Amino acid sequence: MSLRRPAKDQPESFEFNASSLEAANVIVAKYPKGKQQSAVMALLYIAQKQNNNWIPLAAMKYIAKFLDMPYIKVYEVATFYTMYNLAPVGKYFVQVCTTTPCMIRGANQLVEACKEKISENECELSNDKSCSWMEVECLGACVNAPMMQINDDYYEDLDKQKTLDVLDKILNGETPKPGSYRGRINNEPENNRKTLMDLKNA
Amino acid sequence: MLKDQDRIFQNLYNDKGSDVTSSQERGDWVNTKEITDKGREWIINEIKESQLRGRGGAGFPTGLKWSFAPKEVGSRPHYLVINGDESEPGTCKDRDILRFEPHKLIEGCLIASYAVQAHVCYIYIRGEYFVDGQKLQAAIDEAYEKKLLGKNAAGTGWDLDIYIHYGAGAYICGEETALLESIEGKKGQPRLKPPFPALIGLYGCPTIINNVETIAVVPTILRRGGKWFASLGREKNTGTKIFCISGNVNNPCNVEEEMNIPLKELIEVHAGGVIGGWDNLQAVIPGGSSMPLIPKDKCETLTMDFDSLMAEKSGLGTAGIVVINKDQDIIKCMARIARFYKHESCGQCTPCREGSGWMWRMLERMAKGDATKDEVDMLGDVTNQIAGHTICAFGEGSSWPVQGLLRHFKKEIEKRNNLDPIVQKKNNIPYLVDQHLLDKKNA
Repeated sequence: MSLRRPAKDQPESFEFNASSLEAANVIVAKYPKGKQQSAVMALLYIAQKQNNNWIPLAAMKYIAKFLDMPYIKVYEVATFYTMYNLAPVGKYFVQVCTTTPCMIRGANQLVEACKEKISENECELSNDKSCSWMEVECLGACVNAPMMQINDDYYEDLDKQKTLDVLDKILNGETPKPGSYRGRINNEPENNRKTLMDLKNA
Repeated sequence: MLKDQDRIFQNLYNDKGSDVTSSQERGDWVNTKEITDKGREWIINEIKESQLRGRGGAGFPTGLKWSFAPKEVGSRPHYLVINGDESEPGTCKDRDILRFEPHKLIEGCLIASYAVQAHVCYIYIRGEYFVDGQKLQAAIDEAYEKKLLGKNAAGTGWDLDIYIHYGAGAYICGEETALLESIEGKKGQPRLKPPFPALIGLYGCPTIINNVETIAVVPTILRRGGKWFASLGREKNTGTKIFCISGNVNNPCNVEEEMNIPLKELIEVHAGGVIGGWDNLQAVIPGGSSMPLIPKDKCETLTMDFDSLMAEKSGLGTAGIVVINKDQDIIKCMARIARFYKHESCGQCTPCREGSGWMWRMLERMAKGDATKDEVDMLGDVTNQIAGHTICAFGEGSSWPVQGLLRHFKKEIEKRNNLDPIVQKKNNIPYLVDQHLLDKKNA
């Protein structure tokens, strides 16, 4: 289990803005009547998006009222799942996968690059407060290892220099192109494809 | 090697585009009505005949699972739930289906929903695959537009709605009952079985849960016949499978191949060989991180299917092959996997919650050579106290990789960890608890 605590500095109040409210209503409609509690995960995610990548306690209380469920149940969910950030992580949240398949292909270099560019320790905001990084467990892109995720996008087939370049762009406020950084197409074996050749050449 | 026309996922590398028109060119959605017109019995029997086994890890026969759904819909509706919470280290096959072959999955959902009489289908996708989930959502929207979903979906007379439910970074939600808890908006902690979800599942209603890949191959099986699928691979291990080959290989890749393919062929032909040559191979994790590793000498002749890997005391799992060469420290690799399980334990059962941390800390020390001789046996003891003493199978999954390490690399651990806990010489060590044992007067 991982230990997760809410941040010390909490905003007083939280409310969905118009677009979040619309998205939330669409999601609640997905589930049967009376089972609106099912929407809690998606609503927490919406709150996180709206509130600069993290979920304050006020948002949990708001969602509990919104879905007519006990606050503690929302708190339980928010602290159980690791993708909900309970403290500010900055506008760009860098997650470096260091589980074995990435580790044996050099994920530690990505960690070094993050230490150089963002902050010495994980879960620590960079100097301009725009960015933070952390080591995470398998992100499910093992054949494109080593890789990292920045907000929603996957950056794959990296090495130290490429990671530094990507992080530079992010710290300058640009959005680098997601996907493989060794120029290969998706998950195909690089320069060694032996299957579905007709389609490739078609 | 499997012939290209026998590959189910023609668009695995996205050569053709994943929209509905190009999917129809590849044969999806062509005669869905003809298939459902043959009736539920026929569909389930055909799947049984194909001997399709679940692609999510456990390898349970899919036709049999579907036949567990109640024959008549009672007061409670039936649900179909698709498990796309792909979090097993080494596995990344479902992601490619979600983003490149979404219509195979959606059509499979329609046919499976018809077979188990469900009008609502939830697809559970891990939260990290948000972008890939958006691609699936786009495909679902397309399908609604073309009347392939919704009322009288694809002209079959069956109504079906498909919704995506995103997870939020919990490995445990890949366990089917934890996944149901998660959809219900709770912490993802597994339920006791029985009752099985086929009778009491989502919202207490009969629910059939299948992996993404299992459902995505269903339409092709029904089109080409269960016999065709059963003719690939070998008895009880039939058909094709997407293998993910990662780790120390020259060309890590996803590739669809026949079941029972030799491991060496997968690595040498498709993945471009082990880095440093075949002789540099140390061990292979054959089916995602929870399957025990297999040392090099057995890799020579190993074939990849459920039963032959079972015979090696490992398993096919999700077919995520992680190749580890001799440049890596095998104990460190396993310690990292143990850390993964320590992080991902849901905390419900004590043996797994505490044991996974113990295993991780012991392995970390063993990697450094800081452990004592008898701790090696103690580690084995800890794994045995986890396996079989937890609510879900993932507890066992956390102890299997460590057991595999002990089975095949015990000598290596013992060589590195030679500390003797018993103080042989008579020294006055003030903090030693059993100092009195050394003291002749008290002995």
